[in-house]
Amino acid sequence: MSFELDLATGLLALLVFPGFAFLFVYGLTAEYLDRKLYARLQNRVGPPPLQPLADFLKLLAKESAVPEGATARIYNAAPWTGLAGVFTAMLYIPVWSERAAFAFEGDLVVVLFLLSLPSFSLFFGGWYSGNVFSRIGTTRTITQLFGYEIPFFLAAFAPAVAAGTLSTSGIAAFVAANPWYVAVLLPAFGVALLSLQAKLERIPFDIPEAETELATGALVEYSGRKLALFRLTKDVELVVGAALLSALFLGGPAPAGVLAGTAGLAAGVVVFLAKTLAVIALLTVLKAVVARLRIEQMVDVFYRVLVPVALAQIALVLAVGLYTDGVIL
Amino acid sequence: MSEQSAGTEIPVGPQHPSLKEPANFTLNVDGEVITGAEMKLSYNHRGIEQAVLSKSYIEAIYLLERICGICSHAHTSAFTQGVEELLDLEVPPRARYIRTLIGELERIHSHMLWLGVAGHEIGFDTLWQYAWRDREIVMDLLEEITGNRVHYSINTIGGVRQDLNDDYREAILDGMDDLEERIDFYRNTVPNEETVRMRCEGVGVVSEELAREYCAVGAVGRASGVPTDVRKDAPYAAYDDVDFDVITDDRGDLLARTVVRIEEIAQAIRIIRQVAERIPEGDLKASAKPPQALLAQVPEEDVVSRYEAPRGELVHYVRADGTDTPARVHIRVPTLANWPTVVESLKGSYIADTPIVVAGIDPCISCTSRIGVETDGSHGGENAFDLDELREYGIEWYDERGNVDRPSTEDDGRTVADGTEGERP
Repeated sequence: MSFELDLATGLLALLVFPGFAFLFVYGLTAEYLDRKLYARLQNRVGPPPLQPLADFLKLLAKESAVPEGATARIYNAAPWTGLAGVFTAMLYIPVWSERAAFAFEGDLVVVLFLLSLPSFSLFFGGWYSGNVFSRIGTTRTITQLFGYEIPFFLAAFAPAVAAGTLSTSGIAAFVAANPWYVAVLLPAFGVALLSLQAKLERIPFDIPEAETELATGALVEYSGRKLALFRLTKDVELVVGAALLSALFLGGPAPAGVLAGTAGLAAGVVVFLAKTLAVIALLTVLKAVVARLRIEQMVDVFYRVLVPVALAQIALVLAVGLYTDGVIL
Repeated sequence: MSEQSAGTEIPVGPQHPSLKEPANFTLNVDGEVITGAEMKLSYNHRGIEQAVLSKSYIEAIYLLERICGICSHAHTSAFTQGVEELLDLEVPPRARYIRTLIGELERIHSHMLWLGVAGHEIGFDTLWQYAWRDREIVMDLLEEITGNRVHYSINTIGGVRQDLNDDYREAILDGMDDLEERIDFYRNTVPNEETVRMRCEGVGVVSEELAREYCAVGAVGRASGVPTDVRKDAPYAAYDDVDFDVITDDRGDLLARTVVRIEEIAQAIRIIRQVAERIPEGDLKASAKPPQALLAQVPEEDVVSRYEAPRGELVHYVRADGTDTPARVHIRVPTLANWPTVVESLKGSYIADTPIVVAGIDPCISCTSRIGVETDGSHGGENAFDLDELREYGIEWYDERGNVDRPSTEDDGRTVADGTEGERP
């Protein structure tokens, strides 16, 4: 391939699919489906399909004030960093085939890092907005970050250990080739699901924004365009998180790979949508059936329960690997 | 980080998402733990006690009904029962049964509302939506019987204004069957749901000693093991004719209050069934004479009337001076009796528990608003103000707390030099 063609496909991936345009549309759609399902579970009607878009556009049109007590530069930059992080992360996650738009050995680490950016941007934005509710909220954001990141990383490394690679695409290909690993990795999938819920700050882990306690915490002072960006970040993070889980634990686009050519790619996208939506639906149901925990209870659950489960999972994966290699019986 | 958050002062309210009415809690927090709490009330003084004095007894019923959007029947019942005592009126049994019925339906809708609010405060919005959906059963019944969802206007002096026909009785019994099914569901699920337990067990504990010391009333007292219930202690309406249990719990935490309230709904259903089945035939009013004629002979006396509102013991004090308007009406709402327990149980708990601890007493904040203005020139102590002093105090108070430019009291038309009643320009 020539350099021009590389550049063209690169830009296409970055701006259209699976980059900006696709994530924007799919993120808002996912928000709609999440809200609709949540509403139906609560016996409510729920929003119409275009509601998330309408909310987004409305916020864009509103004044985006900077509070007097805020450190303006950081306060203004925070919404962009988080959004940039999640958009970039998607490029390393396989969508239509087992190979992502960009892939290299070790991209899993990059994805995990990029997925932490929204939490940090929330922290910086909230901390420097000079509001007491924001400060409490951001302290909780960081405390929560320490709670879920370790189990999330451990859970993500379980399939990496099984596949013997730190490439997201490589892991997706490995699980697709050995479908029974989906069952082996089930505990890690559960841990990752709960950690993702905590990362997204949704019930029962919406502690940092806790509407009834902190009036949305770090986001208290944000309004207009910057608030819209934070909300879009959440939507896209939901989709990217679900995509990562689907790639690591559910075999990515498998079994679409059996079809060749364009049909295979189209089927891959369909499988991608089905799997990510299933993950999102699980997160929504979880949100509907529990109450919010307190921050110390959340950290407690993650360290006392999920970290040991994730560690046991890695041990299990190692044992299974040795067994399949014939080292142990 | 810890340096900056240690000793932070968090203002909760008067505008805050967890408070639907204005109140202010200033919390001193160390990290996530509350080390001190202070409460300020009366942001929304409506002057109802004063307004009642310019109304006739009949008009006063409708004004007092609007003290609260939840326990409207409680206020009219307490007031009319007091006036009936003044007039020495014997309310016919049918009317007493109807009052009991509406009172218990009101208790159910109030407790269901609380259950929903409690769910929302602990971030369990599904419980909130479910509880409020099921509350509609009672709201619909109330609307069917009285014509209104909230202000039933069914009490009048000497009886009630609406009869209960057989269709309504059928509808009530059907509604109670549906509701009982739902209550069984909440009874089994809510106290056993793991995250609800985590958020409510051992939170906002009010010991029996504390409850007695602060005279906690209603579900708050009963959840701490104080079996106080006006319906049993001093039965009014038809409560001495019906069987029901006073629900108590000895744990004193939020879970206990939740359980007590859910069980009280079950008891209310029991009472409503008995009332609907056993309601005697008879008149609706004590006398065929119009109430105005009766009130023309009101003696110069005073009376204290007690009523078990959904939130606890409600006290109305009415003093009559022989004219057609009351000389004084004072209302002690149950929330006022329960506030001190909130401040006490907030200390030492987590910030995250603030909303549920505050909501745990089922506060009715605007009902609690009172303000005292002396009019006779005698100072009642350092906390007593005349209007000018109050105005100055208010301005100083805000000046101390923010760099907001406030108008000075100099050359202000509303402040008069020597009087207590400023005239508005």
